Amino acid sequence: MTNSMATLKVLVVDDEPGIRSGIIRIMRNFRVGYPFMDEDFDFEVIEAETGERAIEIIEAQPMDIILLDNKLPGMDGIEVLDYIKKKEYDAQVMMITSYASLDLAIKATNTGAYNFMPKPFTPDELKSSIEGITKHLYLKRMTRNMNREGKQVRFQFLSVLSHELKSPINAVEGYLKIMKERQVGDNLADYDTMIDRSLERIKGMRNLIMDLMDLTRLESGKKVREMRKVDLNQVARIAMDTMEPMAIQKNVKMYLDAPENLTMVGDPDEIEIIVNNLVSNAVKYNREGGSVNVMMRQSSSSLNITVEDTGIGMSEDDIKLLFQEFVRIKNEKTKLITGSGLGLSIVKKLVEETYKGTINVKSQPDVGSTFVVVLPLIL
Amino acid sequence: MKESKKTILIVDDDIDYLSQMELQVKRLGYDVVTADTQKEGEELIGKGKFDLAIIDLMMENKDSGFILCYKMKQKNPAMPVIIASAVTAETGLSFGVETAQDRSWIKADTFIEKGIRPDQLEREINKLLKI
Repeated sequence: MTNSMATLKVLVVDDEPGIRSGIIRIMRNFRVGYPFMDEDFDFEVIEAETGERAIEIIEAQPMDIILLDNKLPGMDGIEVLDYIKKKEYDAQVMMITSYASLDLAIKATNTGAYNFMPKPFTPDELKSSIEGITKHLYLKRMTRNMNREGKQVRFQFLSVLSHELKSPINAVEGYLKIMKERQVGDNLADYDTMIDRSLERIKGMRNLIMDLMDLTRLESGKKVREMRKVDLNQVARIAMDTMEPMAIQKNVKMYLDAPENLTMVGDPDEIEIIVNNLVSNAVKYNREGGSVNVMMRQSSSSLNITVEDTGIGMSEDDIKLLFQEFVRIKNEKTKLITGSGLGLSIVKKLVEETYKGTINVKSQPDVGSTFVVVLPLIL
Repeated sequence: MKESKKTILIVDDDIDYLSQMELQVKRLGYDVVTADTQKEGEELIGKGKFDLAIIDLMMENKDSGFILCYKMKQKNPAMPVIIASAVTAETGLSFGVETAQDRSWIKADTFIEKGIRPDQLEREINKLLKI
């Protein structure tokens, strides 16, 4: 941690002297500290009465926080904000303005303002805003430092993850409370759907945890890879057996088309993750009475795995998002299907980064999807 | 007995939360209309008239609730809107609605944490409907 973070420079840009002196007074003895920070922060306030003057100051010395009025005599606040963003200064900007219109707030936050505070504000409102910005600034700089040091700290990932982990707990807890209070009466059968949904959400959470473990193994790179000859027919059959119960329920037929004794050199766990994910998606997102075709072929330089389904398919726009972490295609047809949103991002990582191969998908809504994985033979 | 039943619109992309909320609100004596996407929510406010709306924050996008809320208020400024969220301070970075200035521009009437008790929910709804 650098000591330069101990005092943050705050630039107040406002043409009203009363606002500037008010802010200076409020900030004089104000300190921000969080348990996770190594040190507390205090603030040095610098004033500018116009946007032009503000830019001179920013050019001369780096600012940490900028409180920016929009209505200024010369260039207005939004223009100052544009300038700061264009020059990529490492400062957080908070807009302060007398008319708290959402339009302006959205415009400003789209241009890169951290947030927005309406005038008049109380000392407490100012302090809580400054606290929020300080925390944000601290975490942003810390993240950047860690990334520079090569540590993959993924705050965004973690914040989405905590949402994904909490949702099923909330859902199950909600159902349990309803059952505990017998909210729909004493007939046990009336709770069947709630019990089924609870089990489904728990299953989803277990799958998420399994996927996370796969991902952690991949990313930490700690696991020793066991390279050996992998029997692909066996891998495919295990994947299909695992999906058999769901396939029976949905009346989906699964077919395997692969030459006997088909092998490749690789890590069996990794190859299983790839094939399992593709086969399980093909069953999950299939229609009643549909089919899944798994085709495997070997050429002189590569192994090709094709998994074709007769399922609900996807639009072009959906396909663009498909391989991102935690992205699940949400629509009427998928809303009852649980998934972690991690499976295909893991497959893509494995195929492209670990095996230097390719993965492609063709899909048509209501007709089906075909995933083609090409793995170069090793090596 | 209420004289005429009031109708509450609930929008949430988590179908379990949606059905639980629907049950709670119906048990409080209201009619309920549900939607499970921001888009469907927008369509419904274009068509029908509701006395109150309870909407989830993170749906198709992580700020779907704010956008939907804004559109609802444009269409019908008098209709109270409650934003329900599982996002708390601990998820930190994405965003929160915990500070006064966030609340002032986001325009929802109340924010509730998901998992709120039925009696708390009733109190919030009654307050907004001035019952």
